[in-house]
Amino acid sequence: MEQQSHITLPKGSIEKTTTTLNIGPTHPATHGVFQNIMEVDGERVVSTEQTVGYIHRAFEKLAERRPLYQITPITDRLNYCSSPINNMGWHITCERFLKLELPKRVDYLRVIIMELARISDHLICNSIVGVDTGAYTGFLYVMQYRELIYEIYEEVCGSRLTTNIGRIGGFERNFTNTAFTKLEKFLNEYPKVLREFENLFARNRIFMDRTQGTGGISAERALNYGFTGPNLRAAGVDYDVRVQQPYSSYQDFDFKVPVGTTGDNYDRFLVRNAEMYESISIIKQAYQKIQNFKGAEAEVYHADVPEYYLPKKEDVYTKMEALIWHFKIIMGEIELPKGEIYSAVEGGNGELGFYLISDGGRTPFRLHFRRPCFIYYQAFEELIKGGMLSDAVVTMSSLNLIAGELDA
Amino acid sequence: MALSNETIQNKLIEKFGDQVLNFSTASGILSFESPKELNLKVLQYLYEEPVLGFTFLTDLCGVNYPDNKGAELVVVYHLHNFSENIRLRYSVSTSIDETAVFTASKLFESANWMERETYDFFGINFIGHPNLKRILNVDEMDYFPLRKQYPLEDQTRIDKDDEMFGRG
Repeated sequence: MEQQSHITLPKGSIEKTTTTLNIGPTHPATHGVFQNIMEVDGERVVSTEQTVGYIHRAFEKLAERRPLYQITPITDRLNYCSSPINNMGWHITCERFLKLELPKRVDYLRVIIMELARISDHLICNSIVGVDTGAYTGFLYVMQYRELIYEIYEEVCGSRLTTNIGRIGGFERNFTNTAFTKLEKFLNEYPKVLREFENLFARNRIFMDRTQGTGGISAERALNYGFTGPNLRAAGVDYDVRVQQPYSSYQDFDFKVPVGTTGDNYDRFLVRNAEMYESISIIKQAYQKIQNFKGAEAEVYHADVPEYYLPKKEDVYTKMEALIWHFKIIMGEIELPKGEIYSAVEGGNGELGFYLISDGGRTPFRLHFRRPCFIYYQAFEELIKGGMLSDAVVTMSSLNLIAGELDA
Repeated sequence: MALSNETIQNKLIEKFGDQVLNFSTASGILSFESPKELNLKVLQYLYEEPVLGFTFLTDLCGVNYPDNKGAELVVVYHLHNFSENIRLRYSVSTSIDETAVFTASKLFESANWMERETYDFFGINFIGHPNLKRILNVDEMDYFPLRKQYPLEDQTRIDKDDEMFGRG
């Protein structure tokens, strides 16, 4: 039926049948600074253009003037839902580059922290998917348990969100008994809660209808788009950096790599949930291994590398050598060896890579972050094209896009 | 058959002869270079040759070496073969005056944004790219900030009026 328009268009003009819709840069549905310029036909998405860069902070340029240890706080601000993994990834890159050997206990302590970070990352993502499908309860409920994780960070490094946890060569201090008590509390209470959280969603008719078959991608396309992490595994590819190129002694642990089949929002949710169970199991194993250390070995929390690891404050005040190292490290006067390295860890969103080039100076000549978010966000248009606008919102949160990581 | 760095090197030399050069291994990753005109041929060969099968582009980034006259800008590709679990680093260099390099975005969808990022920061002109415009910086920017000729601001400068920022 011909619709009567009250606007008289100039002769020869073609009437646009779609609507342009701006979602973002600040919008309650985007959970972060994202802009999408969508072309919608009714409620169907015809096309979209993602605009990124709203919180670009030139980390790669900043890193070119900083000694290695000052780059750790920059990595905090990449994926801030799991900053400890970024911190550790950076430390591991440095240690591999400088060829430092780490004691096993340090590796296991790091594994605990990294897996806690993975849990908190996946927890946020999955509960936000819940929020976007209309179920707020799960989100509010699990926040209490993310709080327990943050308290453990706080006990280990003193801060909660941008952690700057650990140092090149180990940790800044040993884990206190309180930290282990808090860890035990978390390990006791959390699995039950996770089960409840899963029951709330996994077989929930509304949730299944909203997520199944939306935002799906085939394994082939996902690989071509450079997907990694849970999003790639949801499409059925069992690639996990922890297994393929173990770092921090991940080869000592027994865990499964959960995979999905269709790569849709529902599979991503299930994969993340399953990974949280695996993370709990890894933490338990690591805690067990740590308790098995006896005598002096049970107190080790850093490697013996005076060139990179700050000496104790008492020693700085009383010993000449310690004072020299302290000064040299703080002032960034340690010359790096020449060379380049690419090193990756399994971040919350996938392969978080650091490409470091050194020309023998005191700061990196070039540092490039491979940010998984940035790479797979390109596929967003393909994931939502032809679908409903409300599914696009769910797809966006189920990809776990973190603006900090995207924009670096 | 397990794929080793030597096999990759031999296959590449067999196919491209002395066009592929500067093979070296740093922390387990084989890296090599080729003239920039060959980049698509090399990437496609690495992708399609069944023995090699480097079908995953992990990372693509630029580097600026201001002292290498005639080859100031470098594009570095990190490739990954998942089934053999082996990584590879491949780079092509270009002069800063004539920065044209063929795009890899037809081979890898993931290269699209990574090339835009490289263009944004280094000004490398990817020929054939579907949408080569700035991605992280503002569109009005008229320089390429990660080039070494643009140093970071001197942190000790005192001529700046901080009052505007509430730090006066």
